[in-house]
Amino acid sequence: MSRVAAGVLRTLIPIALALGAGALVLLALGADPIDYYAFVLRRGLLTWSGLQETITKLAPLLLISAGLIVAFRAGIWNLGVDGQFLLAAVVTAALGPALVGAIGRYPTLIVCALAGAAVGAAWSLLPAILKARYGLNEIITTLMMSFLGTSLANVLIKLPFKDPATTVPQTETLLVPDRLPRLFDSTIHAGVVLAVIVILLVHLLMTRTAFGLRLQVVGANPRAAVHAGLNVGRLTIATFALSAGLAGLGGAVEILGVWGTVRADWNPKFGLLAIPLVFLARFNGIAVIGFVFFFAVLLIGGESASRRMGVPTFFILVLVGLLLVFLALVEYLDHRRRERTKS
Amino acid sequence: MGKAPVLSLRGVTKRFPGVIANDNISLDFRAGEIHVLLGENGAGKSTLIGVLAGMQQPDAGEILSHGRAVRIGSPRESLGLGIGTVFQHVLLVPSLTVLENLMLGRGRASRLDRAGTLRRFHDLSQALAVSLDPEAKLGALSLGQQQQVEIMRALWRGEGVLILDEPTSMLTPQGVRELGEVMRRLRGQGVAVIFITHKLREAYEFGDRISVLRLGRLVGQLGPERLSAMNQEQATDEVIRLMFGSPSGHQGEAETLAGRGIRRRAGIIDRSGEAILRARDLSTVAETGECPLREVGFDLWPGEVLGIAGVDGNGQKHLAEVLAGQRMAAQGSIRLGGVEIGGTDVGARRRMGLRYITDERLGEGTVQPFSVATNLVMKEIGVAGLWRHGVSLWGRIHGHARERIREFDIRTPSERTPVGRLSGGNIQKVLLARELGSAARVVIFNKPTYGLDLQNTKLARDRIREGADAGLATVLISTELDELIELADRIGVMFQGRLAGIIDNREGVEQRIGLLMTGAAA
Repeated sequence: MSRVAAGVLRTLIPIALALGAGALVLLALGADPIDYYAFVLRRGLLTWSGLQETITKLAPLLLISAGLIVAFRAGIWNLGVDGQFLLAAVVTAALGPALVGAIGRYPTLIVCALAGAAVGAAWSLLPAILKARYGLNEIITTLMMSFLGTSLANVLIKLPFKDPATTVPQTETLLVPDRLPRLFDSTIHAGVVLAVIVILLVHLLMTRTAFGLRLQVVGANPRAAVHAGLNVGRLTIATFALSAGLAGLGGAVEILGVWGTVRADWNPKFGLLAIPLVFLARFNGIAVIGFVFFFAVLLIGGESASRRMGVPTFFILVLVGLLLVFLALVEYLDHRRRERTKS
Repeated sequence: MGKAPVLSLRGVTKRFPGVIANDNISLDFRAGEIHVLLGENGAGKSTLIGVLAGMQQPDAGEILSHGRAVRIGSPRESLGLGIGTVFQHVLLVPSLTVLENLMLGRGRASRLDRAGTLRRFHDLSQALAVSLDPEAKLGALSLGQQQQVEIMRALWRGEGVLILDEPTSMLTPQGVRELGEVMRRLRGQGVAVIFITHKLREAYEFGDRISVLRLGRLVGQLGPERLSAMNQEQATDEVIRLMFGSPSGHQGEAETLAGRGIRRRAGIIDRSGEAILRARDLSTVAETGECPLREVGFDLWPGEVLGIAGVDGNGQKHLAEVLAGQRMAAQGSIRLGGVEIGGTDVGARRRMGLRYITDERLGEGTVQPFSVATNLVMKEIGVAGLWRHGVSLWGRIHGHARERIREFDIRTPSERTPVGRLSGGNIQKVLLARELGSAARVVIFNKPTYGLDLQNTKLARDRIREGADAGLATVLISTELDELIELADRIGVMFQGRLAGIIDNREGVEQRIGLLMTGAAA
């Protein structure tokens, strides 16, 4: 059996097991599992409107995943992507409508995307310096900064960036003609293409360049990195900046492509959703595209199903959780089997 | 010997995936006898101890305590049977006093019995003929004294069986002698002492009975009658014969084992030119638990091997790291070929021809999940020829690895195999292949044969000798005195961060080094 086939099998078996276990949960909730899965599949994948929604969802998830892959491969647990994403989104939403009149559509889009990435990167600066200089655990600091970032984003929407024309606190709106171009007369925007290109580039960066290899050495064994003479502090800060910058770009793209504005208390928490997917893909940029697509189908289908069939949206997270558990289990059993056949 | 054994193994077998660590081993341990278990790494000594200490369960066979079959399911049960084990590394709490350490782990939820502990402490002090201050902080004691505390703890529940796992590896020659005294005293009091070592000289000096293990099997035993009828030479030859079947086919390994390698002659180094490496007044700042350097200085000439002796933890690590550029010195200067390099980083020093082969092969020398090929280029990521504009040329990196694998005879299924899957000896070859190249001028070896089997020990030592013959300047840090005497031109001794007396490697150097290691002649 080839290595690729074995890898695919190691992924498909846990998916089947997770769907099976999920069916039991559905039965306990009083829903018919087959009806539910069929509905989710139809709504998320097999109807044109559903498929468009699913594909549109890829953009922020893939950009955040790209950021997570950079960080995780370098052994840095940037768990603050949601704060970085949201702040970048808010700044984009404030900047876009203000700029578009002065400099036109495409310059605005480019400036906003860069500004979003810069804001995301800036929001990781403090954890980065604390980690590089004092070895402070970034799990704690990035999570804290994420809370602060989410709150700050709310403050910005309600005070300086508030659109005076609306009663609900939200930023001014970037009108649809000024947003990212749509593809083939659909609701899918060009940001999806950008996201796919970015994640492929990140994959190449990590696997095919000296910079990527240095980051991986730091991630796999920081002491070996010191021994090999790598500047661990500088690489750590670069990793944070790149990771958070990509999360910020994700925020900018989501606003420029889909929403055009940010309402107060809007927080999709894509980061939290992307983290398990990145683990499922074992930090592989190409594999993560498949997982994110699969997840987007569940997400779009599951949202409809929650309205139609009364199964809460949280059930999708239950499925992802089950998938992680079964993936680990299959991995473990496979490892044991190989150990035994070796002896 | 009419005495009945206090502890016996009958056909003990223990398998691990891929290896039989212990293969049908039967042994008797008798009261009042020092029983040496001899064997190189991987011979199954550690597994055997694990079985006796209750940390591992045999797959087959049985253990008899005073003739009665027992099951030793946990370390607690092992202690309950009067079997005490002293492991290679000290397992005590440095910030507690001797007495507090001895009170740890006695029964649960009971009040600390200070008076009782002190009574037993004095009993054992007498039995061992050692004098320790029960109120001294353990961390303030020498390693030899800490080991004495470990022995007390092992004997706490009664003087039955004492297992010592390579107890001399951390000791000075003086400490080894004292340990010998303690073992003989315990023998006199009817303790069955099991002494594990891979050093032939110690086996002969201390042992009443020598059992030789090889590849998990018991391959032979020298009883007290035969042993006392032999001199050291004869006993050594006999043990080597047991270990290798016949001594002829393994001459090199036998020589390495017996410490009969060729000694390098002192005084053949041309020191008229400029020294290639000059260290002056090097000092470092230490974190807790480390030993800093204190005003270390030396000169090193091309083709010379400077041995650095000393008990582990006397600043050797800092010395190697400061020279390699991994750690910045707080003061002092290092000149390489006349150029000050104290402020430069690892990469710059490497490009100038300075190489460092670390003793922590897995800890920092390699990234275990990464391939052999990646590990071979880890210190020159981005170098032209293997990378173009920062893009990895994996074809060339793998080709480069295949060359090095061939040249250094690294036994690996492929250049893509994760380095962590290789044996210790082959991992060391990966490091040697990475560091030793045409551009090398100065090489720092830190404990280059630590944990290697005989064959690989010999290979590593040959590499060091060949390098020096080819004009490399070598700093050889080692805790094995035999190794330094075999390879070094001059030997300095590290003691508490200072480099004491660099002396020529001539006859009688052992005694002077032994004194310097304890700080007596500093």
